[in-house]
Amino acid sequence: MPVSTFKSQTDDVPALVLSSVGRRFGALVALQDVTLTLRHGERRAIIGANGAGKTTLFNTITGDFPPTSGRILLAGRDITKMPPQVRTRLGLRRTYQTPLLLDQLTVRENFYVAVRGIRGGRLHLWRGADAGADEQEVLRLAQLTGVLPLLDRRAVEISHGERRQVEIAMALAGTPDVLLLDEPAAGLSPGDRGTLTALLRSLPKSITIVLIEHDMDVALGFAEFVTVMHNGRVFCEGLPAAIAADPRVHEIYMGHRHG
Amino acid sequence: MTGSLSPKWTGTAFLAALVLFPLFATPFWIVQIGAQTMILGIIALSLVWLAGYGGMVSMAQLVTAGLASYVVAYFGVQSDPALGLRLPWGLNIVLAIAAGTAFGIAVGMIAVRCFGIYMIMITLAIAVAFFYLARQNMGFFNAYNGFHGIRAPALFGLNLRDPIAFYYLCLLCGVTLFGFVVAAARTPFGLALQGIRDNPRRMQSLGYNVAVHRVLAFGIAGFIAAIGGVLRVWYAGSVSPGSVGVGSSISILMIAILGGMTHPIGAFVGALLFNLIQNFAIDFIDRERFNTMIGIILLAIILFMPSGLVGIADRLRQDDKRGDRPPRQTAPNAGKKSPNIREGNHP
Repeated sequence: MPVSTFKSQTDDVPALVLSSVGRRFGALVALQDVTLTLRHGERRAIIGANGAGKTTLFNTITGDFPPTSGRILLAGRDITKMPPQVRTRLGLRRTYQTPLLLDQLTVRENFYVAVRGIRGGRLHLWRGADAGADEQEVLRLAQLTGVLPLLDRRAVEISHGERRQVEIAMALAGTPDVLLLDEPAAGLSPGDRGTLTALLRSLPKSITIVLIEHDMDVALGFAEFVTVMHNGRVFCEGLPAAIAADPRVHEIYMGHRHG
Repeated sequence: MTGSLSPKWTGTAFLAALVLFPLFATPFWIVQIGAQTMILGIIALSLVWLAGYGGMVSMAQLVTAGLASYVVAYFGVQSDPALGLRLPWGLNIVLAIAAGTAFGIAVGMIAVRCFGIYMIMITLAIAVAFFYLARQNMGFFNAYNGFHGIRAPALFGLNLRDPIAFYYLCLLCGVTLFGFVVAAARTPFGLALQGIRDNPRRMQSLGYNVAVHRVLAFGIAGFIAAIGGVLRVWYAGSVSPGSVGVGSSISILMIAILGGMTHPIGAFVGALLFNLIQNFAIDFIDRERFNTMIGIILLAIILFMPSGLVGIADRLRQDDKRGDRPPRQTAPNAGKKSPNIREGNHP
């Protein structure tokens, strides 16, 4: 199947639109009536206490747990019912709260699998004529994220911070349109955190980035716009400075406001 | 995956030994040990491909081979002139391999949603069902009697029933398929299959259709097993429900565990050990005690060296070189990785 990375460079089509998206697990309503619009190239942070529905929101967008109500548009295309792998091929990528790598493979092989996942030829029993181009893309990813020395280590052997870098590199394969990062700074040392923020800042403006973050400093420092979630709903949205100053947001984080 | 020189040299030495072996050995050693080890090894290879690289333990590999055997018998020439459709042998082999591959895909489609122990159970159920079908069905399987007097063809003046010629045929198939599996593991399909073993959900978010991948891996395993099945029916000269019994299916799993599933060579190492035990254990113990003995050996391997004989060789080599490498994880680690229970859902 040919790769069709759907690209929309026009500013009038939002990169990602969620309209009243909901997700229930049996009787539990994890997400309710979430409506979001992300401009092309926007940096958006999603913050909220534990259990607010942030990761569930990502799971509905990526299709890991498709929404039970509402609609999701990626660059104007309805992806609500598409399986995860198709969404990925259309330009949507994500990382996980705990980095998920292919543990028994080397970092190089992890990258290679990520590159082929986007480029196609996923079922080939040969490496193909453009093996050189694949290898070049692998090296580009490694260079971009500073993991060149790790390429021949197995993923299971590298440190948590390195796993994080590798996972982000994998998500950048084939240049995504929308990148969802689930707590990329979680569990990182202050030094690694600096590296990560620098990496995120260096990403091209053509990529729309949504970031879930617990650390208010990281979130508010990186994002242009912030969405606060609470009990499965969008609680409020605003500019970072306004959110930081909002007493209601502080209340949520302190745990006074429930239900 | 270790790119050092020594495995390459030992590999070349082994291959040379295998090629020269018939010059010194008696027909018993050439056929009973040599050829049969290759045949069992090929069928076990199909399981190691699935389990080692795909994290999918299939108990249906022997019956897949068995189906290919039955196709060879049904469409070929055999002792009872009333039976056998007498197709040209070339077409017959193509049919048998196609049937095995299709059966593999069908098994894959049934088992694709199951992981770990559930996949073992469902494929075991298929193997048992196949055995009873073969025993009861007259039309295709000739029920209890099965088919007899099936013989390898003679081609280009070379009689494949001749022990040495048959041995080389089995060796050629074994080495080729082994090479195919080793090479396939480095291709996009093979690497993605290992990725699915490690983390199916992750592979989905990397753009892979996990179900299609798993089913096709079963198809490839069916192809490998079918070639083993064709050789097996030529070796035995007959195929009957007894050749596709549950005991034989379990033997294939035992071979894979004995040899180890972390590398395809484990299939052949395990087959050799199994075959030697099967042939020589009765010199030391009663025939009825054979299962007890093989069971004890299996237990010892699982308890003390979970990655089989290949695992021991790996460990020795690592101790030699770099002690810092953690031991390789034993192969079938798919059980805990059902796509919907991982990573939970705690925002």
